[in-house]
Amino acid sequence: MGELKQVTLDASESSGFATTKLDALLGWARKWSLFKYPFVTACCGMEFMSLTSPRFDGTARFGAEAPRFSPRQSDLLWVVGTISQRQAPVLKRIYEQMMEPKWVLAFGTCASCGGFYDNYTTVPGIDKIIPCDVYVPGCPPRPEAVIDGLMLLQDKIARGDKTPGIVKPHEDPAAGVVKLRRSKDSER
Amino acid sequence: MSERVLEVLKAKFGDAVLKTHSQFGDDTAIVDAKSWKAVCRFLRDDPQMSFDMFTDLCGVDYPDRNPRIEVVLHLYSTQRRHRVRLKCAVGDEDMGGCEVDSICDLWVGANWFEREAYDLVGVTFKGHPDLRRILMYPEFEGHPLLKDYPADRAQPLVPYRTEAEAGVPLEKLAPFAHDEGMPFGRHPTREHGEN
Repeated sequence: MGELKQVTLDASESSGFATTKLDALLGWARKWSLFKYPFVTACCGMEFMSLTSPRFDGTARFGAEAPRFSPRQSDLLWVVGTISQRQAPVLKRIYEQMMEPKWVLAFGTCASCGGFYDNYTTVPGIDKIIPCDVYVPGCPPRPEAVIDGLMLLQDKIARGDKTPGIVKPHEDPAAGVVKLRRSKDSER
Repeated sequence: MSERVLEVLKAKFGDAVLKTHSQFGDDTAIVDAKSWKAVCRFLRDDPQMSFDMFTDLCGVDYPDRNPRIEVVLHLYSTQRRHRVRLKCAVGDEDMGGCEVDSICDLWVGANWFEREAYDLVGVTFKGHPDLRRILMYPEFEGHPLLKDYPADRAQPLVPYRTEAEAGVPLEKLAPFAHDEGMPFGRHPTREHGEN
């Protein structure tokens, strides 16, 4: 569970109750109950399936599992894949139909900036059309990167931070540790 | 493999077959645009030809040629097991007279392919039942696969947000350096006087 930083437990009372700021409580509640609207248009959808399925379990752990295929009932718009100029009005309309408070996550390079599509038909990043809260680069991004993005978004929701954030590149901590089992010098 | 088809076409249509060539087992006949439909009808109906399967149709822009647009048709016969490629050239340098007969009533499958060629290259197919854009939106101006369509010209349906609205820089960096990708000579970095 998340931490409520400003919780005060009144131990002197036998019943026991907690006080906190309303904003902090709301932020805590919102960040653990993200209802997603998956706007999946392209190959990143495969990685999205991998993320949400048990191997990575990248959404249920963060209270962001339940999809709502109506924008009225969702508060996190996942834009997964390339957005063409022809789709742009649809995306904008979906975003406008969502209830406040709402957040947008750009999944992958194409959604973030258009990727290597630099042509007449592709929107160069969904932030040209709608506000975007978290960018997850990658073609496609690894599930770990998306989980980073989701946690970043949760952090921003809890803090009430509206500025866009970008998932930074990671180094695999095991990369320097793992060695090939058989090298020239090793004995068998 | 199907060079006999070319022989029959030359014998039957004479001067209307402008040129033929066979390379790597692919046999091509370049025909006069005026006899486009007659040749197609013959290829479909003649029992020796019996091209019953429409495979592909597309338009190609050769800006240095006159006529500049080439319409390319691929046909296959499931009975005779032979295939042929048929081409015709239309349109002057300003895209005038860029039209050819529709073959929708010969092969129903040609419908969407002709719409695609109309959409992207601008060939008008006379007699097509529903010649609308198929990939681009109706508001789109011009034909994007013509070589003189500017490579960086987008026609957004939704006006882009300004940087003041977004609060982040929105300028897109060129995805390729000037020596990578982009085979058709667009060099965004050079234009800005860098490198």
